Amino acid sequence: MITKTELQKLNKEANDIRIKTLETIAHLGVGHVGGSLSVVEILTLLYFKEMNIDPKNPKMIGRDLLVLSKGHSGPALYSTLALRGFFPLDWLKTLNKGGTNLPSHCDRTKTPGIDMTTGSLGQGLSAACGMALACRIDNLDNYTFAIIGDGETDEGQNWEAAMFASQYKLNKLIAFTDYNKLQLDGTAESVMDLGDIEGKWRTFGWNVYRCDGHDIASIESKIELAKLSNNKPNMIILDTVKGKGAAFAENKLTNHNMVVSPETATEAIDELKKEL
Amino acid sequence: MDMREIYCNTLMEEAKTNDKIMVVEADLMRATGTAAFKDAYPKRFVNVGIAEANLIGVSAGLSNMGKIPFAATFACFASRRAFDQFFLSANYAKLNVKLVGTDPGVTAAFNGGTHMPFEDLALMQTIPNLTICEPCDAVSLKKTMKNLINHYGSTYMRLQRKGSQSIYSSDEEFEIGKGKVLKDGNDVTIVALGYVLVPEALKAAKMLEKEGISAAVIDPICVKPLDKELILHYASKTKHIVSAENHQVGGGLGSAISNLLALERPTKMRMVGIQDEFGQVGTLDFLKEYYKLTADEIYKQAKAVLNKE
Ligand SMILES: Cc1ncc(C[n+]2csc(CCOP(=O)(O)OP(=O)(O)O)c2C)c(N)n1
Ligand SMILES: [Mg+2]
Repeated sequence: MITKTELQKLNKEANDIRIKTLETIAHLGVGHVGGSLSVVEILTLLYFKEMNIDPKNPKMIGRDLLVLSKGHSGPALYSTLALRGFFPLDWLKTLNKGGTNLPSHCDRTKTPGIDMTTGSLGQGLSAACGMALACRIDNLDNYTFAIIGDGETDEGQNWEAAMFASQYKLNKLIAFTDYNKLQLDGTAESVMDLGDIEGKWRTFGWNVYRCDGHDIASIESKIELAKLSNNKPNMIILDTVKGKGAAFAENKLTNHNMVVSPETATEAIDELKKEL
Repeated sequence: MDMREIYCNTLMEEAKTNDKIMVVEADLMRATGTAAFKDAYPKRFVNVGIAEANLIGVSAGLSNMGKIPFAATFACFASRRAFDQFFLSANYAKLNVKLVGTDPGVTAAFNGGTHMPFEDLALMQTIPNLTICEPCDAVSLKKTMKNLINHYGSTYMRLQRKGSQSIYSSDEEFEIGKGKVLKDGNDVTIVALGYVLVPEALKAAKMLEKEGISAAVIDPICVKPLDKELILHYASKTKHIVSAENHQVGGGLGSAISNLLALERPTKMRMVGIQDEFGQVGTLDFLKEYYKLTADEIYKQAKAVLNKE
């Protein structure tokens, strides 16, 4: 359970992350706005409450792990990690610049706090399975988290991983689907309908939960439930809005990768600051 | 007009008289730029979602029933992600899948190292009889696509998506496996492939010319079948070769040429291209400098092969 004051703090943190994410993308002028803004609340909850991590020791043995399989949301995770103290906030200005430690897609060899390299969609959940299994073999009692996209769910490899996680009873694997209903070419429904997404994961042997992905308290309550699992992997479907919190992007079909001018960003950031 | 618009327009134009042509996308229609084809021929357009193995598998099935599918995705995924599907379902099965890899080499720029294919040509060259090409401008793209349509058999084409440039005049004719001499010369031959390197090679030739070095420039267009006759002729004529490609030299154009020369006519050679490194994020200009895919480097290597450093 999250207390009221804790929730207020987390909501403020989410707002800061959203602002930093927009600033980061606007500084470069173009980027994956939509899918970055839809994962802000889950990243806030994980890095500011849920995960056992140490920004001063990003490779700490036994820490909780995250695979951001939809690696194009890197800017949101970089903003989160910077605000959490993994590296200086100035780094955000180097996004995608030659020689940067913050490439558009997550890279475990470049960025402190990134646990797995991603970018080729569909590969992250398998890696998370391997990580969770290794932790169990090493008698660690940490959790492995993974975030996949709804469009990303099209990749067959997810379903290979789904069977594996169930076969190996990876109960300490907690995955999230960023169900923002949009992929690159349009709505997920029109490109490749996921149909009964909850039923699909359930028949693959997973515990399935679902909640508003922008409501930190309800995500937290689902994670609590997932942590009670003793023999099944866990999928929490987050109903989200692609481009959440920035009027110029919210739910726009073109918000996957878009040009962001300084003026557009400032306008959106001013709106977000009012919410503080 | 962006190269991707030429790609889509050519498909639409050909589709008018050839009802077998189809477009198959994997949630990158908006990147490849084929929305107009979808609007014009909704029944001949398929989007498989983010599923590259299925992209090629479905295309192989379409081809098995006589369709001519143009399947496209980023070149990294077209090659690395679904290689066995392309190898077996399309090529070993002797079907007719026209695979297109966009954003080749450093042009993946802001998408970074995970998306930067320096190895697609290498992988593809191991597939027997596959036609592999990388047209460098709008005219050669359009005419090469027509040739690919008229040629039965699977093919792999690298496609520059954004921007356009003009190297050939609109009445130039092309043939699969036949290269083009863009500039004649006597001292050294630069064989340069694709949108990024062909203009750099022409620039380098001018730089050399100023120093009295006469450099020929060849655009092979196809890496496979390679225009052996043309390259061997220029190897004899100029005695020195420099290859240039937006790809790693191992397994790419440089390797293909050096294989040919080693067996048929040993010739002094240098290779411009990626030297056994992974990709990384950055602007196109930064990456061209970093990986030395520039006229300066071609010029330098030409002087080196001539022992005139
Ligand atoms: C294997 C692979 N295929 C294609 C892409 C190109 N791509 C990047 S993001 C994206 C759409 C992702 O949609 P979704 O998973 O729903 O992410 P979100 O809506 O959260 O941005 C595509 C097709 C990729 N990165 N990897
Ligand atoms: Mg989505």
